[in-house]
Amino acid sequence: MKAEAQLLVKGGRVVDPASGLDQVADLLISEGKIERISEPGSELRAERVIPAQGKLVVPGLIDIHTHLREPGREDEETILSGSQAAVAGGFTAVACMANTQPPIDSQEGVRFVLERGREAFCRIYPIAAVTKGLRGEELTEVADLVRAGAVALSDDGNPVSSSQLMRRALEYSKAFGVSIISHCEDRDLSSGGVINESFTSTLLGLGGIPSLSEEVMVARDIQLAQFTGGRLHLAHLSTAGSLELVREAKGKGVRVTAEVTPHHLILSDEQIRASFDPNLKVNPPLREREDVDALREGLADGTIDCIVTDHAPHSSEEKDVEFDAAPFGIIGLETSLGLILTELYHKGLLDLKPIISLMSTNPARILGLPGGDLRPGGPADVTIIDLEKEWEVEPARFKSKSRNTPFGGWRLKGKAVVTIVGGRIVYQEGV
Amino acid sequence: MGREHLLGIEGMPAERIKLILDTAESFKEVLERPIRKVPTLRGVSVANLFFEPSTRTRVSFELAEKRLSAELVNVSAASSSVLKGETLKDTARNIEAMKVDIVVIRHSAPGAPHFLARCLESSVINAGDGAHEHPTQALLDLLTLRERFGELKGLRVVIVGDITYSRVARSNIWGLKRMGASVALCGPPTLMPLRVEGMGVEVYHNLDQALQGADVIYVLRLQLERQKEGLLPSLREYTNQWGITAQRLTKLKQKFIIMHPGPLNRGIEITPEVADGPYSVILDQVTNGVAVRMAILYLLSGGKVEG
Amino acid sequence: MDRKILDGGDIKRILVRMAHEVIEVNRGAKDVVVIGIRTRGVYLAQRLAKIMEEIEGVQIPVGSLDINLYRDDFQTRAEQPVVGRTEIPFDVLEKIVILVDDVLFSGRTVRAALDEIIDFGRPKAIQLAVLVDRGHRELPIRADYIGKRLSTSRHQEVIVKVREEDGVDEVILSEGVEA
Repeated sequence: MKAEAQLLVKGGRVVDPASGLDQVADLLISEGKIERISEPGSELRAERVIPAQGKLVVPGLIDIHTHLREPGREDEETILSGSQAAVAGGFTAVACMANTQPPIDSQEGVRFVLERGREAFCRIYPIAAVTKGLRGEELTEVADLVRAGAVALSDDGNPVSSSQLMRRALEYSKAFGVSIISHCEDRDLSSGGVINESFTSTLLGLGGIPSLSEEVMVARDIQLAQFTGGRLHLAHLSTAGSLELVREAKGKGVRVTAEVTPHHLILSDEQIRASFDPNLKVNPPLREREDVDALREGLADGTIDCIVTDHAPHSSEEKDVEFDAAPFGIIGLETSLGLILTELYHKGLLDLKPIISLMSTNPARILGLPGGDLRPGGPADVTIIDLEKEWEVEPARFKSKSRNTPFGGWRLKGKAVVTIVGGRIVYQEGV
Repeated sequence: MGREHLLGIEGMPAERIKLILDTAESFKEVLERPIRKVPTLRGVSVANLFFEPSTRTRVSFELAEKRLSAELVNVSAASSSVLKGETLKDTARNIEAMKVDIVVIRHSAPGAPHFLARCLESSVINAGDGAHEHPTQALLDLLTLRERFGELKGLRVVIVGDITYSRVARSNIWGLKRMGASVALCGPPTLMPLRVEGMGVEVYHNLDQALQGADVIYVLRLQLERQKEGLLPSLREYTNQWGITAQRLTKLKQKFIIMHPGPLNRGIEITPEVADGPYSVILDQVTNGVAVRMAILYLLSGGKVEG
Repeated sequence: MDRKILDGGDIKRILVRMAHEVIEVNRGAKDVVVIGIRTRGVYLAQRLAKIMEEIEGVQIPVGSLDINLYRDDFQTRAEQPVVGRTEIPFDVLEKIVILVDDVLFSGRTVRAALDEIIDFGRPKAIQLAVLVDRGHRELPIRADYIGKRLSTSRHQEVIVKVREEDGVDEVILSEGVEA
């Protein structure tokens, strides 16, 4: 992990959606920054050369929705272990949510995360709480939080149930240029629910979470964003109805962005029917096939701005129990890229450039983070991907401290093989 | 080597249902002998894990086990370490360390028996998992109906009440449909689960309409909490709209019988005169419960291989 | 190679002889009841009782017994046999029970039947009648009335057919399959 003064990534197919670049080229990194991109076979020299023939060289992937559990649940994940999982999955930066124990709702909290982040394998960006203690009652001190380094505000895990408070948050945060990331869930409508309310919940007798509980909040937040002019980012959308609302809002010029997770893009609630597998328990819940199709369409037409993992680690003592008793959440840092490449790229549903936009360029833009492109002079955060590499998801070998994935045993095609953060090789396949 | 389980009626082939009912009929004769006990399951141990209060089902299983000479151990939520925060998995592992062959489980969480079946070597019998399934109840109901009508095919069964929260309804729908009966559901829209028509049933909200031509009126227990949860404006209105009263039944032209899984809320979903009246087969259901559970214990106990 | 041991006529003569033996031993048919072991023992029991009724001019109650619930090989079987009905619509107390089966082999079926009958009440006596005794006893059990003694090897199979179930009355000794 020693930083080389100079690093040459040679002969890879360089794809940078920000500049529109997509060609075989050599990429020279110097002093932690992108120095230059040149025609292949150029005379560039460096202390260390990474041969990338046949590989994809892209701006480092950025995940703006993770739960790293530190402070409070270091048995499930730490900022260090989470970052190790991140770089193994090709991510060079992650933003972590505020619902730790205690929540990140003060400058001290933000500084703690940043400090831990300095020892991490990738860049760590704290997201601070919208309300004190995530209680949904009083706004946090936004100015202080932003000054300390918070990149966005979110009560994720909880909605901001009070419309009044959400209005104030969107208004107030405008002064500091940060987004409010909204976990859209009407807790009255979702009460008692553990899976999507559908024919599946009817058959299984499990409590249903209706699509409606997400959609009424998406509709509310869009209205509030339109009214206040605040910056709204909608977390983990899961229903066709939500997509329709966002599409319409964007058409009207509302400042709203939206994200989806790989699991909502791939799995539907029927999977629970055969298994009652608590690893399929997640919030928002896995929806129906038509919702999955609508989300995929939203990726293609730009309604969805980015793909995030919503990496939510849980200990197996807590997760490996009867379905009702299990906590919500799926981990995703080490499977996200492989899943997207396998299920969307290799199946011909989405091209590489949009995938890189959704997983790097756009997330950086949404939160105003460095990186997300390969612009000379920018930070040398680079991911090298082997599109053809076939591998099996083996939770026992995860770098994450947790194992709660429904994808164990899946055969995937496509994987990050080298991850470079600030010019340092932080992950290299097989090393 | 996988053990056989009884987790639900969904997907159970008709031949299997028939075998269970036939076997249960043979066991009914055992219940009439001077010594109502056979040595069949000597040396077989059964754990009854009741994480939810239940008198009827628990007693029925216990009787079935005793009459087959099985050894049994009872764990109920009140007495077990469940209250001390021990997980279902730990409880189950401890039970298994005692070399239990069959685990009977009643739990409020749908899929709890499936969870046990995944983590135990024993055979698992679902004695009711939340609102999901209650397979032994459905089988005893099918036996009761077969005794009454000789044939299940072509029967029209109307299930009345709180369908959303009813495991009895779900298991019965699967079983009745599989055996060729037609099923209609009737109850308030707030207690009718989403898209339940997909199970191949008709849905009514008007009780008098639903009861037209019914051979069987299956009355579900109404949990009194439903009113507090805001699913019903009042119990009085529920009784007026969906309660089974003698007055309502006199309007029916056809012959029919009344069933109820118990325990009854007399005066709410059913009036006492109907519950104790001539159409009622509620006590037959109870008798058949023991025979059906004996049959299931018997059939599962031999299965050392998946079958 | 299958060999026919008894035909319909043989079986008929055996049952007539047995009926006479039972009546002789018990000095009439008073207090005699007949219980057949499912499946083929039941038909033999019915026929035996009918012959005795004709001889003695009295009614002889007949029952049927399914011994599956009393078997001792429960732990070793892969699948449970189908349980048939046991029908003993009379009191066995102080009765002479003639227990009828088609073939006596290890004696385990008879052991189960004895236990089961005793659970119905305490008979004055139980006597065993079998169509074929093929030897190889594993328990100290013997028949009181034997239609035909047959020396067999263990892997051979004695197949009894009755017209009520199989359309024909006969007993076949089959070579079976070497275990």
